[in-house]
Amino acid sequence: MSDPMAEIKASFFLECEELLEQLQDGLNRFEEGDDDPETINEVFRAVHSIKGGAGAFSLTALVDFAHIFETSMDIVRSGEKTPSADDYKTFLHASDILCDLVVASRDETEVPKERIDGSVVTLRAFLGESGVTEEEDEVDPADFQPMGVSMDLPASTGLPDLPVLGGPPAPLGFPDPSPELPPADQSQNTNDTVDPENAPVAESADGNLPSDGINTFSIRFRPDPSLFTSGNEPLHLIKVLSGLGTAKINCVCDDLPPIDKLEGEESYLSWTIELSTSQAESSVREVFDFVEDLCELVIETDAFQSEQNIAPAPSTSERPPAPISPAPTALKSVAPSSAPVAPPVPQSAPSANSTSKPAAKAGANSKPAKVGGTVRVELDRVDRLVNLVGELVINQAMLSQSVIEAGIGSDQNVAAGLDEFMQLTRDIQDSVMAIRAQPVKSLFQRMGRIIREASSAVKKDVRFVTLGEATEVDKTVIERLADPLTHMIRNAVDHGLEDSEDRLANGKSKQGTVTLSASHKSGRVLIEISDDGAGINRPVVLRKATEKGLIAEGAQLTDPEIDNLLFLPGFSTAAEISNLSGRGVGMDVVRNAITALGGRISISSESGTGTTFTISLPLTLAVQDGMVIEVAGQTLVVPLNNIIETMTLSSENLREMGPATTVVQLRDQFVPLLDLAVELGFSSPRTSYDDCVALLISPEEDSMAAVVIDKIVEQRQVVIKGLQDSYGAISGIAAATILGDGQIALILDAGDVITNASGRTREILENPQLTGVTA
Amino acid sequence: MTDEPQDNPADLTEYLSFRIGAQEYTVDIMSVREIRGWTEATPLPHAPEYVRGVINLRGTVLPIVDLAARLALPPDEGNDRSVVIVVQQNGETVGLLVDAVSDILTIARSDLQTPPDMAADNQHRFVSALIIEDDRMIRVLDLQSTLTTGETIAA
Repeated sequence: MSDPMAEIKASFFLECEELLEQLQDGLNRFEEGDDDPETINEVFRAVHSIKGGAGAFSLTALVDFAHIFETSMDIVRSGEKTPSADDYKTFLHASDILCDLVVASRDETEVPKERIDGSVVTLRAFLGESGVTEEEDEVDPADFQPMGVSMDLPASTGLPDLPVLGGPPAPLGFPDPSPELPPADQSQNTNDTVDPENAPVAESADGNLPSDGINTFSIRFRPDPSLFTSGNEPLHLIKVLSGLGTAKINCVCDDLPPIDKLEGEESYLSWTIELSTSQAESSVREVFDFVEDLCELVIETDAFQSEQNIAPAPSTSERPPAPISPAPTALKSVAPSSAPVAPPVPQSAPSANSTSKPAAKAGANSKPAKVGGTVRVELDRVDRLVNLVGELVINQAMLSQSVIEAGIGSDQNVAAGLDEFMQLTRDIQDSVMAIRAQPVKSLFQRMGRIIREASSAVKKDVRFVTLGEATEVDKTVIERLADPLTHMIRNAVDHGLEDSEDRLANGKSKQGTVTLSASHKSGRVLIEISDDGAGINRPVVLRKATEKGLIAEGAQLTDPEIDNLLFLPGFSTAAEISNLSGRGVGMDVVRNAITALGGRISISSESGTGTTFTISLPLTLAVQDGMVIEVAGQTLVVPLNNIIETMTLSSENLREMGPATTVVQLRDQFVPLLDLAVELGFSSPRTSYDDCVALLISPEEDSMAAVVIDKIVEQRQVVIKGLQDSYGAISGIAAATILGDGQIALILDAGDVITNASGRTREILENPQLTGVTA
Repeated sequence: MTDEPQDNPADLTEYLSFRIGAQEYTVDIMSVREIRGWTEATPLPHAPEYVRGVINLRGTVLPIVDLAARLALPPDEGNDRSVVIVVQQNGETVGLLVDAVSDILTIARSDLQTPPDMAADNQHRFVSALIIEDDRMIRVLDLQSTLTTGETIAA
């Protein structure tokens, strides 16, 4: 971390992640028929920025690929070619490769060449049709050298009026109009190959351009110091400008103080540039796209007065409002500081107006989705904060307890203050958790890629629909969901959806659909993966399970029970192991991953219409509302969102069912009764459940049980302390927490208690033979 | 620093010695994080017998291993005088419940004796070496095998 370059590089890769997200987002919207030019611009800019950054770090492979991708996007952007549906696939694929390349560059690994080449070929094919020759795609490596702030620049301009760009004084021609700053219209592409020798001469350079006339722009450019600190370089910008046409460049050094007063980090120089070009004003503005906020910039057009304007611009002083009246009319409306200026000459007025509008537009364009500022913070720091807030919550609980123990009545100021303190703690905690929350969008986008790869691997036509991308989930959850989701998405494509022929035969559309959705529901996050395939083939599942000895021969199972067999270790229904899934990782691994996150997974399937997996996750991993209870002398916490109601048992609503099973009649349904003390191995079953307190818990929609406990103590917010790291997973226990008295209380895993209740399921799970069956 | 014993310091190791019932044990002091008094632990369901439960160690959950039960020694109910030695092994922190902490011993490596390879009792595999100190036999506890075994306390 001590290497500043490494830090910059790290932040570049972070930025890349965002850009890639933008890129895919844009492509998706574009594919869906969004023809807003801003969308394609966004896509283009994303690729372009990645290329630019990669160039600075000499990541050649990335630059090369980004370049050809960018060129393709440029053609689309210019409207030269409207991409077909297949072309979008090409682009999406290219964005995947780009993503791989970014990751590979970050991890200093390599992407298999044939993968890159495959995409390059399709992109070239796209380009080829639109008549852009390959030669023009060549990347000029010189353009991507890191541009340091050249310190000899101010030094060499100690003499006023010396044109800054070392070469010949006036019209500077640069051979390559620079791939890193995109030409705005495609005529630029044909201009690329102009011989450098000819470039300075306007006539020859513009000879083969559409004859809509040559515009002359007066550009006044005064960089702020911040322009330099943000790594931009005026020389670079001016180079690009000169590439657009014929430029007369003058450096204004009037502000330059004597050498002994020179501040190294100040910006003293400004430039006036007379540019004759066939390009539209927007292309000229585009050159300054990235520095717009970092400089004073005035661009004026005067198509009719090009002759006069080309006359050498006098050195204009800006800061001292010297009575030197800047000569060219175009400069009149320049900076506020050039106050003593004659009333605007009529003809300059309209041009001034016309410039202000595009400027506003360009400003709006360059930051499409920025609302408010953002800060990058290391996750470690956030986690530390989360932990501290956790401590605060515990501390607050301890304090309240002490206040109660001290016998201070609730009418005292202390109690009121404590209430406020509690409220604040809660607010702080919510805010901190919000920092960790992230929209699931990035995760879903990754899944989009999985779909593309999976569908092409098994040659199925799949449409991917995402819903609720903005749903926010804890960052850790997002990270740890990626693997299980990948697996389920692959399953959906591979096993869930039928072949095109089968689909058509069943009267469905040829294209299968996989839907991934996220939503918040009663304090939990629901993620659903559904396909419109054939549904679970239950007879086959049943047969397989019997064959593998997972269930007894001839066992009668309900449909949901059959579906849940998929989650057993070692279960795989795929007739043949395809390239895609069936690597021995079964749904049991998925379920374990979800359970480790405190979540549940359930399955619902309808023959012929499809299968839906529903993952339900806690909103945060750190804090939960819970009910503190007592069982066999132990204090436990039951997550509040699992509890439906509390009740007192009586002989009227208890029904014996077999020797060791009791059910509770609850209005019109029967619910199994579990003795928590027994389930947790704390004590042996009690003889009578009469008058016992029970909680009706339902961790999932389709499972419910009445749990017998000794006593309900209170309801409170608890901080979750994982047991995984210090002890390991415990059946029936989700985590631990620290109560107000400093004691540790265990948090009940209601779902696990129900599924592992002393019954058949437990026998299945604990059958030692099964552990060896894992494929 | 300079007035250390003149033996090669690399050969000297400091051990924390403690007592379980009538037996004396030691652990390498480098693995000891802290020593604290016994507080009632929250029992864990389905846990092996020797896991007393978990306690709150300044906001973290600390599992407590009852060494007497672990070493199959006669049970000695954790009383007020019992002590928890917090040790760190392979990045995991665990509390060991013992009867009393006695001393810090500086032992040269050459004084460590390999335990005779005859004891068939359960505790043998938990003892990595023996030390004779003032005619007493002190066992060097093998933390690795004490804390990670078949029944596994740390998953």
